[in-house]
Amino acid sequence: MESFSTSINYIFAFLSVYIQVFLLYTFLERRKDIVVRKDDEKLVLPSYPTVTIVVPCYNEENTISRTVESLLSLEYPKDKLKIILVDDGSKDGTWELIKTFSINPQIEIYKKENGGKHTAMNLALEKTDSMFVGGLDADSFVHPQALVRIIQMFDDEEIMAVSPSIIVHEPKNIIQKAQKAEYDMSVYNKKMFGFLGAIHVTPGPFSIFRKKVFDDLGPYRKAHNTEDQEIALRMQEAGYRIDHCPDAYVHTVSPHTVAKLYRQRLRWIYGFIKNAFDYRRLIFRKKYGPVGTFTIPSGMVSIISILFISVIILYNFITYLVDKIIEIRTIGFNTTFDGLHFDFFYFNTKAIIFVTIVLYGMVMIALLLGRRMAEGKYRISMDMLYFVFVYSLIAPFWLLKAIWNAIWSKETSWTLERRVENKP
Amino acid sequence: MDKKRYIIVFFITLGIFSVAFWVSNFFSDQKIEQIKTIQDKISIDILSSETQFSLLQELSCKDVSNTALSNELGTLAEKIEYSEKNIGSSEEISDLKKFYSLLQIKDYLLMKKITERCKMDSVFVLYFYTTESNCGECTKQGYVLTALREKYPEFRVYSFDYNIDLSAVKTLISIYDVEDTKLPAMVINGKLVTGFKNVEEVEKMLPALKDLLPEEEVSESNPSKSIKPVKE
Repeated sequence: MESFSTSINYIFAFLSVYIQVFLLYTFLERRKDIVVRKDDEKLVLPSYPTVTIVVPCYNEENTISRTVESLLSLEYPKDKLKIILVDDGSKDGTWELIKTFSINPQIEIYKKENGGKHTAMNLALEKTDSMFVGGLDADSFVHPQALVRIIQMFDDEEIMAVSPSIIVHEPKNIIQKAQKAEYDMSVYNKKMFGFLGAIHVTPGPFSIFRKKVFDDLGPYRKAHNTEDQEIALRMQEAGYRIDHCPDAYVHTVSPHTVAKLYRQRLRWIYGFIKNAFDYRRLIFRKKYGPVGTFTIPSGMVSIISILFISVIILYNFITYLVDKIIEIRTIGFNTTFDGLHFDFFYFNTKAIIFVTIVLYGMVMIALLLGRRMAEGKYRISMDMLYFVFVYSLIAPFWLLKAIWNAIWSKETSWTLERRVENKP
Repeated sequence: MDKKRYIIVFFITLGIFSVAFWVSNFFSDQKIEQIKTIQDKISIDILSSETQFSLLQELSCKDVSNTALSNELGTLAEKIEYSEKNIGSSEEISDLKKFYSLLQIKDYLLMKKITERCKMDSVFVLYFYTTESNCGECTKQGYVLTALREKYPEFRVYSFDYNIDLSAVKTLISIYDVEDTKLPAMVINGKLVTGFKNVEEVEKMLPALKDLLPEEEVSESNPSKSIKPVKE
C-alpha cells in the first residue's frame, strides 16, 4: 500500500514539475516577446475599430457604477466604443441605477428575465455589429489603456480573441491577499499559454473577441455556468487563436471570505471538469494543438495531484492522531520534555522532499515573473506565503466537492454565486 | 507545437528528478555512515567493558560499577527504526539492524555477568516484538518501555524483532521459548512474560527499577532513600 502510494506520489510530482518546466522553458524561449508598457505610457493606434463591451448585471447595485465609470474612462474614441448594460433580472436596485446611465450616448441598457450570464451576453451580441466585442463583470474595472493595448494585438490577423491580466483590487484580508498572489501568477501562466496557443479560458472580465467568432461559432452557451471556458474550447477546436495581453490590466474585487471563495472556485473547477469532458475529443489529438495535449491534461493532473496529496496528508494525520491516542491511553500524558534536540539525522531527506522544494521554488518563480508583468517589478511579499497556506488548506475541499458534483451533475449557479457575493 | 519541446522538457524534468534522487541518496549514505560510526563506537565500548570486566573479575564490584556500559544503544535503536521507515528497508539497513541485535545480545550478556557476579538486582529486560503482523499490543508495549526508559535512564531494554533473520536472536528465542502467537513478550529476571504489561505491572516485576531513579527525583519523592546502584 505504502509503496503504491509512494509511486503514485512520484508520478504526480513528475507531471507537476513537468508542467512548471514546460512553462519556464517557454518563458526563457519567448521572454523577449513579452511587452509590458509603463503605467503612464500612452499607446496610440493608427485606426480604431468599433468595440462593444457588455456588462451583464445581476444584483450589482453596489459595484456597477464604478465598473461603468471605468469603461467610460477608457482611452478609446467615444464614437468607436459602445457599452451595453444588461440587467439579468436583478432583484435589487440595479435596474434603477443603470437607467441613469442611459442618457449617455455610448451606453445602451436592456432588462430581461433572469436566465444566467450567457443569456445576458447573447442578448447584447444580438444588438451589436461592432468588429470587436467583449464583456466585463460588474465587479471589475479596467485600466484606461487596457482596451487599446488589447486591440493592438489584433494587428495579427490570426488572433481571434485576447484575454487581459486580471489583478485583485485592493486586497484587504489574508483570503484576498492569497488570491492576489494567485492572480499575479496567472498573468505569467496565461501569457505562456498564450505563446503556446493553449489558452482554455477567456475570462469574463474584459476578454475581447472578434465579432466573427460568434458569427462563425454561434453565441455563448450555458456550459455549466462557465461560458468563458466553453467559448475558448470551442474556439480552440475551430483552430481560432487566443492570445493574452499582459499589460491590459483589469482590476477585480475578489471574494473576501472563505465561503465566497469556495463557491466561486467550486463553479470554476466544476466547469473545467464538465467542459473538459464535453470537449474530451480534443484531448491528446494533435490537430487541436496544445490545448488538448497540454492544457486540459495539465489541469486534470493538477486537480488529481492536489486531491491525492490531500488524501495522503489526511491519512498521515489520522494515523498520527490514532497513534497518539493509543500512546496517551497506554502511558498517559507524557510530561517529560527534554528540550529541542537538533539532529540532522531526523531530517526527512527522501527524494520527494527535494522534488517538492523544487516544485514550490518553481511556483514561486512563476509568481514573481507574473508579478513583474503585473506590477513592473519583482516583489517578494507575505501574499506568497498566504497563497501557499490558504490554497493548501482550502483547495482540496472545493476540488473534492467539484468532482463529486461533476459526477452527479450538480451545478453551481452563477446567479446564486452573485447573490451570495453581493449580499451587503 | 513541436514534439521536440515535449521531449526536451521531459529530459529536463528527468534531470531534476535524478538530482533529487542523487541528493537524497547522498544524505541516506551519510545517515548510514553515522549509524555505522555509532555501532563501531558501541562495539569498542562493549569490548572495552568486557575486557575491563575480565581484568577486574577478582576485584571488587565497586570498580565494575564504574565501567560505562554504552548508553548509546537507545540512540542507535531510534536511528535504525527511523531509517527503516524513512530510508527504506534496504539490505544495508537490514544488516545494520542485525548488527545492532548482536550488540544488544553482547551488552545483555555482559550485564548479566555483572549482575550475577556483583549480586545486583536485574534492571534490564529482553523484549520481543514483531513488525510483520499487525501487532497493536507490541506498539503499546513499545510505548510503555519507552516511557520507562525516560523515567529510569539507566533501565536497559534489549528489543528484538521476532522475525529477524539472525541465528543469535533465534537462539535467544528458543532459549526462552518465545512463541510468535504470544507477542509482545518480555524476559524479566530470567522469566518469560507474554502479552501486554502496563507501566505499573513492569515496575512491580522489576523492583530494582526504583533504585535507578535520578537522585533529585528520589529525594523529591522520598528524601530518606538513597541510591544504591551496586550491592556488594
